[in-house]
Amino acid sequence: MVKLTVNGRQHELTADPDTPLLYVLRDELALNGAKFGCGLGQCGACTVMVDGKAVLSCITPILLLEGRQVTTVEGLGTHDNPGPMQRAFIAEQAAQCGYCIAGMMMRAQALLQNNPRVSDADIRAALQPNLCRCGTHMRILRAVRRAARLMQTADADSAGNSQ
Amino acid sequence: MIARTIAACLFAAAVIVAAYLALVRQPTIDPITAPEHASFDPALVRHGEKLAALGNCNVCHTAPAGKIFAGGRALITPFGAVYSTNITPDPETGIGAWSETAFRRAMREGVDRAGRQLYPAFPYDHFTLLTDEDDKALYAYLMTREPVRTVTPANDLAFPYNMRLLLAGWQLLFLQRGPYHRDPGQSEQWNRGAYLVEGLAHCSACHTPRNALGAEKTGERFAGGESEGWTAYALNARSPAPVPWDADSLYDYLRNGWQAAHGVARGPMAAVMDNLGSTDDADLRAIATYMAGILGEPTPQRRRQGDAALAKARDADRTSTTGSIDTMGQGPTVPGNDNELGAKLYGSACAGCHESGRPLPFGGLHLALSTPIEGPNARNIINVVLAGIPAAPGGEPSPVMPGFAGAFSDQQLSALLAYLRARFSDKPQWTDIAKEVRDARTGARPVISYPSHGIGAAPADVSERMSPW
Repeated sequence: MVKLTVNGRQHELTADPDTPLLYVLRDELALNGAKFGCGLGQCGACTVMVDGKAVLSCITPILLLEGRQVTTVEGLGTHDNPGPMQRAFIAEQAAQCGYCIAGMMMRAQALLQNNPRVSDADIRAALQPNLCRCGTHMRILRAVRRAARLMQTADADSAGNSQ
Repeated sequence: MIARTIAACLFAAAVIVAAYLALVRQPTIDPITAPEHASFDPALVRHGEKLAALGNCNVCHTAPAGKIFAGGRALITPFGAVYSTNITPDPETGIGAWSETAFRRAMREGVDRAGRQLYPAFPYDHFTLLTDEDDKALYAYLMTREPVRTVTPANDLAFPYNMRLLLAGWQLLFLQRGPYHRDPGQSEQWNRGAYLVEGLAHCSACHTPRNALGAEKTGERFAGGESEGWTAYALNARSPAPVPWDADSLYDYLRNGWQAAHGVARGPMAAVMDNLGSTDDADLRAIATYMAGILGEPTPQRRRQGDAALAKARDADRTSTTGSIDTMGQGPTVPGNDNELGAKLYGSACAGCHESGRPLPFGGLHLALSTPIEGPNARNIINVVLAGIPAAPGGEPSPVMPGFAGAFSDQQLSALLAYLRARFSDKPQWTDIAKEVRDARTGARPVISYPSHGIGAAPADVSERMSPW
């Protein structure tokens, strides 16, 4: 039995402790934002946050996560009240097929939550592990820059569950 | 009386200082107008390009995201930070005003054009061995690069190391001037290898421990050193590689950037490999031959251990289990309670790739073949687990390992390290694992990671997919 906190809610899981977090999120908790891409930690589609740091959920067994805070893209805001990162991605229309976007948002969120005053070089370096096959990189970069501006303004914390 | 003694002492000190200054003073070499590119023989420039790659010049003389050879990269030493200089032919901020004589003096004596001593972070204690022809080619290559005007940051060194004049004393003590003297008792190939390894390639700058004044310990050549937060392994009889190196496997490794029984080059060696891509086969063979001599013939016991490690890796390939903690991660007991946790962590987070049987360089190395696990400390494993091996830029295929910095807590990582050492090595447990983990996390030990690109001779099927989409 592994106790997991996801987006602020506690879960007691019966899955084997060596189960990758991604499978638990998608198959047991119905949190389908994080995507299965390569299963080898090489594409970034499965990125979530653990204690505020970007983590590849497809290669992270849940036994590592007892007592720690997991945040998925669902934790950044709701459909009716999207968080600053989500608002920025919508405003810039940064998704084409969208498969990589949840991972992109989570890695960017981890970056900006730590320090919203980042340079373009910082953003590019941070997002380096996340792949996009549609080629919307420029829009994604614009969206992250927009999110950084939003997060620096007073209403930044009006939505979303960021810790 | 006291006043007279003090005056005498001051006078004596002044005489000593004056004598030292007179001794160490080096003349300025007159500035020149940078020669026209066309005045250099293109063949000489091409030769210089290969030499510059073999000397790894670009790695230190390029700042992160900076222009190549424009300097400004901080080299962290125990004495403080030394910033690399601009070696593009810009007349004011680079070496554009340097004559070939001035360049050669820097390479051989560690003195810049203005006559100031250079810090031995610039490995002139090795470059002093270079022939006139090689210096000429390097000069031709550098003087035909794009000039970049950039002022590099001032060094950040503690007193008294910030006093350049003291370097003259360092040079007196530790600089053994070249040129290279060939050993007539050895083959042509061995001598070529020795010239390259001890000279331009300056291998021992990382692979030899340094003394309190930052000079390589002559009595412990190739006994292992450090570089940029990584441990550079011993390359003498104390080599920790589970499978003993020989000239063929060394050549293989240097040519391709990975070797089936030893793994993929990463950390600062990955940057070296990227540069070695342009080195001729004959020179790489020479380097391998010379280094195999330094490593020496392995003892029968080491050979047996190597064979056993290879057999273990082969067995895992055959069974190719898929990462269930019921079948994997069953190792010897580790004192304390960490073993069970370590075994589970290994089985669930590591074994999926490291026991998958997928061949190198894109599959994970079976850890029975891992040099760092046999190494003197846990640093390299910590670096790799935390930061992984980053992907090559530009979509070039390269070995990649995901970093686990966000996933593992310090305590979990320590448990994993203890487990790996107990399971895969016969050597005693590492001491102060927890501190090493903390130092890497906090930056107390700054670590620089490089992508392992420039990988050659990979298997044709680079993915596990055997059929088209």
